[in-house]
Parts: sequence; C-alpha cells; structure tokens
Amino acid sequence: FPGLADVSISQDIPVEGEITVPVGSHSPDEDFSTLDEPVKDTIMRDLKAVGKKFVHVMYPKKSSALLRDWDLWGPLVLCVSLALMLQGGSADSKDDGGPQFAEVFVIIWFGAVVITLNSKLLGGTISFFQSLCVLGYCVMPLTVAMLVCRLVLLAGAGTVSFIIRLIVVGAMFGWSTLASTAFLADSQPPNRKALVVYPIFLFYFVISWMILTFTPQ
Amino acid sequence: LRGQRAGGAGPGAAAAGPGPGPAGADTVSAPAQGGGSAVIDMENMDDTSGSSFEDMGEMHQRMKEEEEEEAEGEAGAGEEEDGEFLGMKGLRGQLGRQVADQMWQVGKRQASRAFSLYANIDILRPYFDVEPVQVRARLLESMIPVKMINFPQKIAGELYGPLMLVFTLVAILLHGMKTSDTIIREGTLMGTAIGTCFGYWLGVSSFMYFLAYLCNAQITMVQMLSLLGYGLFGHCITLFVTYNIHFHSLFYIFWLVVGGLSTLRMVAVLVSRTVGHTQRLILCGTLAALHMLFLLYLHFAYHKVVEGILDTLEGPNMPPFQRVARDIPVVSNAILNTTAKAIALTL
Repeated sequence: FPGLADVSISQDIPVEGEITVPVGSHSPDEDFSTLDEPVKDTIMRDLKAVGKKFVHVMYPKKSSALLRDWDLWGPLVLCVSLALMLQGGSADSKDDGGPQFAEVFVIIWFGAVVITLNSKLLGGTISFFQSLCVLGYCVMPLTVAMLVCRLVLLAGAGTVSFIIRLIVVGAMFGWSTLASTAFLADSQPPNRKALVVYPIFLFYFVISWMILTFTPQ
Repeated sequence: LRGQRAGGAGPGAAAAGPGPGPAGADTVSAPAQGGGSAVIDMENMDDTSGSSFEDMGEMHQRMKEEEEEEAEGEAGAGEEEDGEFLGMKGLRGQLGRQVADQMWQVGKRQASRAFSLYANIDILRPYFDVEPVQVRARLLESMIPVKMINFPQKIAGELYGPLMLVFTLVAILLHGMKTSDTIIREGTLMGTAIGTCFGYWLGVSSFMYFLAYLCNAQITMVQMLSLLGYGLFGHCITLFVTYNIHFHSLFYIFWLVVGGLSTLRMVAVLVSRTVGHTQRLILCGTLAALHMLFLLYLHFAYHKVVEGILDTLEGPNMPPFQRVARDIPVVSNAILNTTAKAIALTL
C-alpha cells in the first residue's frame, strides 16, 4: 500500500508477525449449507434468536450477545402489535382522537432513531442498528402493559380500573427504562450517562402515556 | 482478486465502511455471526470518539481511490485490447460490460464521497459536547436576566439542551391537547405538536438571526438556536403547571413571571451584543413579542376549556368548572381542582 509509505517505524524495532488474516477455510461450504437447509431450520434459528432476546429483556443483565447479534424482527413485531392495539375507533367517527396506526409506528421509530443519533453524538461506542435493536426490544414490557390495560378495560372504566392501569403502566415503564439503560448507558463515557438516559425516559414516557390514556370507542 | 481482497482485508473493508452506510452494516454483520472472518466487523468501525476519524477517513478514501485506479487501469488495458477485435460480436458485449462497470465505479466513488462529506454525523458532534452539570447550570441560568448589558455576554453554542427542551415541550403539548379534547381534522396530534415546536424553534431562530444580521448584532446561528432553545425552559414549566391546574389568573401570573424572566434573559443577552439604540429596540422588541405571544398561543390554542371559565378574583365560592376530559377520569381532575381551590382560599 503506497499510501502507508510515510508511516515511520523506528529502524531498530523488528516488525514481525503474520500478515495473512486467517479466513475460515470452510466458509464457502457454510454458505452453501445454509442455503440447502430446510426452511423450518432457518425460521427456527431466527425465532430462537428473537426468543433469546426477549428473555434478555425480561431479566436485564449486561450481556454482549444481545448487542452483537442484533436483529429488527422483534421490534417490528412489538411495534406493529402495539400500534394495532392502540388504534382508536374508526376513521370517520366524530371522536377521531385515538392515535392511528401510522402515528404510533412513526413515533416509535422516529423516537428510536433520534435517541440513537443523540447517543452517538454524545460519544457512544454502540452502532446505529444495535441501539435500534435494544430500544425496540425494550418496548416489550409496555406491550404487555397494553394487553393488561385492554383486559382491565373490558371489565369497566371506573376509578379502580384507572388506578390498576396506572400502577401496571408505571411499573412497566420503569422496567423498560431500566432494561434499555442497562444496555445503552454502558456504551457511554461514565459522566454522561444522565444525558443519554433522559431522552430514553422521555420516549418511554410518551409511549406509556399513550397507553394509559387509551380508551376503546 | 480474491487474494488481494483477503490481504487488504483491513483497510479495504474499513474503507467500504463509511461508503455504503447502513447497507454496509447489514452485509457486514452477517459474517460476524459466523465466527472468524476476514471482514472487520463494521460495528467496531463506528468508534468515532477519537479525533483521528477525519484522518482515517481520508486515508481510506485515498486507498480506495488507488484501488479504483488500479481496477480502472486494468479495465482500460482490457479495453484497448478489445478495441482491436471490433469485428467480433461477443467482444463488443464485453466492452459494453466493462464500460458499464467503469461508470458504476466512478458513480459509486462520487456518491460515497458526497455521502461521507454531507451525511457525516461528526459535523454535529462538537455541539453535543456537554456535561450534565453544565446543562443543569445553563437551564437555571436561562431564568436569570443578566445585568451587564454593555459587555457582550457569552453564549454557549450547544444543541443538546435546546433539543431536549423542544422534545419535552412536544410531550407536554401532547398531554395538553389530549386532556382538552382537541380534535385535529387534517393531520395528527403528534404531527401538529412536533411541527409547532420545531417550527417555532427553527423558524424564529432563523428569523432572529436574519434580523440580527440586519442590525449588526454579534451572534451566530448556533448561538441563536441555543439561546432560543434554552428560553423554552420557561415555556415548559409554565405549560406543565397550567395544563394540569386550570385557573386563568394562575396562567397569567406564570406567563408574566416565568415567561417574562426567560424573555428578559434572552433580550438582555442579545442587547449586550448589539450596538445602537434603534437596532437594540428592533431586536429586543421582536424577540420579546414573539416569545411571549408563543406562550399565549400554546395555552389558548391547544387547551380549550369547554365551559365555565373560573376567575379566582370572583371569589372562592364558585364551583369548580366543568371540563370534558376525554381520557383522564373525573377523580384526578377533582383532586387537582380541590387542591387548587384550597390554595386559593389560603392566599
């Protein structure tokens, strides 16, 4: 590489080592073998990866496996189910105040992108899609809260149900924020954790507030 | 070519990093799952916390260009050879393919150069270089007007605080719109809230920057954005309180005191950087008017009280007014209203 010719190395330090980077010699065979395997195996492998990440969110402890093998299937499923459950009434009703599907979808993804950009600008070492993956998976407690809220609302919409919903949504909001903070805050310089945590807090707060104020038409 | 790629795996793959962007991340992370591979995981390349990123980017760009030139040289040599065999149909196809290949390489190089120049997130990095204590200090300072207006006051050109304040204002506005049953016909609640807040921040900043340019004030665009952004802290506090406790006179008090303090601070800082009485008057008049009117607008346009406006000056014997709150049940409203009435009684 002629571009590296001006990198100076002191004359009396011998440079030694291996130049060739070891490439797995069986990698072409591996490619063929994943093409030839039955579809069920491929799907099961992806489903297992997604399931493992859900378990990681339930019991958040620092693990690099979640970060390394990122995927966006889980966030997509969660986001679509949350948006479907949050849909309020039909489009031509007089009381058209419920968040529509597109609104919830855009809020979640736009919010996640903004938080990721913010954490990268503050000097984070995590990559764009890893951060999106973590934020998306940590929406899971809030989806569970939405399910519980809908079930509680089936029983009636009084004061007791409001208090139950408030407690459930509050607990899930705390869980989401803690889970995502456990993964994301570690990639920041230690004195700037608060700067990264606040937008995450705001993001999950907006989502939980949308869940709490939902009433079926 | 394969050997060359494997040997130049380090810089070559890293040079491919800044180019394709997210698409590159997709393709590169798949081999990382499979175990040891020659391609460097792009996630590690994103560690741009050091200042040598620009140097590395330049080096990779240069090496990529040399690779392209080598490929072009080979293609050029191939072209010359094929040019001598013009009569054969198969070789004309090959010539066409090589020309197309060359066009693709040139196009890709230009696109990646443009991408790495404009979509480089590092342009914004210096404006986010803050500590939490600094943000807290600046938030508190934004409510304290400065006394010394004959000496240009320092404005920190920082964008983290203002951006977070705008998002907080969006959240508060959304809450106010929901609890007052605002129905938006064309568009969505969220879109309106985001559009209003960001539109105000960016639009009024640009307008004030333009006025400052006309009036010869010493202020840059980032400083103006930062100043106006921190001025929204007063708005956030006022709206947070008055969207939940509904007394109009309370709102007017907050409007004058809190809104007034943050406006005074912004105006004082701007005045300290302007010379000349007419210019100072124009600038501070415009900014004060826009800032205070925005708070008024946010309260009244997005927070319709349906019926029974209570004025505390009429006395504490009036019943709490009826609000049609769609989502928050009567209980929490009643609690807040009785608390506020109790406070009004004790005052």
